Amino acid sequence: MRADSPAAPVRVYRHRLFTRLWHWVNAVAVIVLIGSGLMIFNAHPRLYWGHYGANFDPAWLELPRWPGWVTLPSRYSLAGARHWHLAFALVLAFGLLAYMVWGLVNRHIQRDLRIRRRDLTPALLCTDLKAHWALRFHDPHDPRAYNGFQKLSYVGVVFVLMPLLVLSGLALAPGMWPWLSDLFGGRQSARSVHFIAMGAMTLFVVVHLTLVILAGPVNELRSMVTGWWRTPEEDHS
Amino acid sequence: MITRRNLLVTTGAVMLAGCDRWSDSPALLSAEDAHRFLQRSVNGRAALAREYHTDQMSPVFRTNGTNRPNTPEYAAVTANRFADWRLPVTGLVRRPLTLSLAQLQSLPQRAQVTRHDCVEGWSAIGKWQGPRLETVLQLAGIRNDARYVVFHCADRFGADSYYESIDLIDAFHPQTILAWAMNDRYLDVGHGAPLRLRVERQLGYKQAKYIMGVEVVASLAGIGGGKGGYWEDSNGYEWYAGI
Repeated sequence: MRADSPAAPVRVYRHRLFTRLWHWVNAVAVIVLIGSGLMIFNAHPRLYWGHYGANFDPAWLELPRWPGWVTLPSRYSLAGARHWHLAFALVLAFGLLAYMVWGLVNRHIQRDLRIRRRDLTPALLCTDLKAHWALRFHDPHDPRAYNGFQKLSYVGVVFVLMPLLVLSGLALAPGMWPWLSDLFGGRQSARSVHFIAMGAMTLFVVVHLTLVILAGPVNELRSMVTGWWRTPEEDHS
Repeated sequence: MITRRNLLVTTGAVMLAGCDRWSDSPALLSAEDAHRFLQRSVNGRAALAREYHTDQMSPVFRTNGTNRPNTPEYAAVTANRFADWRLPVTGLVRRPLTLSLAQLQSLPQRAQVTRHDCVEGWSAIGKWQGPRLETVLQLAGIRNDARYVVFHCADRFGADSYYESIDLIDAFHPQTILAWAMNDRYLDVGHGAPLRLRVERQLGYKQAKYIMGVEVVASLAGIGGGKGGYWEDSNGYEWYAGI
């Protein structure tokens, strides 16, 4: 019955090997970087704007220390957290670079992630929103394609948020180009931007995982492991 | 009884403990060399750290590390405002030196308003003045087998003395100075009197305070715990602190 309908293939090859590998490397790297970053933050849990900022300067944000179950390592160790953070920063940054180069070369980015003007029209965004609300996340006529919100959030994370995290992190390094921290308005501003971008990344991960669960966790997980994604039953008429 | 909750909590705890143990694994530690290589590749060996105008300085420059070394030796040199303090420059040099504060002040000076970046995350901007380390090393004439410059300090942590080390790339960097003045005054005790290192492209713990001796060496193996500095030995901080 199912396979008869030409409009709705039962299985689609959704994610190529490189995309899948990159996804799982990032999944580990992002968790390690957030955990170790929160531990580094614990060493001085105050944020400032500008070039300088220390205990006697006004902080725009002062937080209590993060508890051990979200930090890496779990017990206070600035040195240990830096070992994790500086190692996985390289994994994230060079993985991102490889994805960008390879994604442009094999046209994955142009084909699957390009945001067209019509994706941004209020009518289409409204339709997209209603579809999300009805827990319908794909177009039955083109099940392989990402929906508008998906494209916007993936492009936002890959081309804005992740580069921002890498560059604001590098801007904290006294041995890096001095203009990089100037670009953020100073080293302490870069540290604040780095923290805010981490918050945005955490939000993305939470929304992403929620949508995976709502869309069908087994099917979504399988597609990110094997590449093959099964179209939902209601499409197989 | 093993409930699902117990199992989750136990698994989580085991994972956390496992992760904690991996914090010093060689794979993670190799990132330090990668960052040093990358930074020096893209930034150039003699590239300058950012310098600021005097109106951009921190209103209060907090101290880092020790505030006052509690040793009789240090008390002795502070008693007459460092008039009897001498800086020995020893090790792999052709002409070992013993420099007084007045001699250091009579050398060509460099003043710079720079940002001090602590490993904890805070920054403070201040003005530093002193002779370049290169000037002192050229007076002493370093030998061909020299690789590192070690700074022996007066502050103590338990039985261990503070010390730090840099390689010759940073030792000969134009902004690497032996500062005796801060914000146009003599260095105060909290900031490392009578003399501290400024190596501006690295983090705060490399800026050795209370310098009691400069030693030029071929290897860091025989000094302290062998990792090139007090915090490197005791806590596992990176020896290359450019990031």
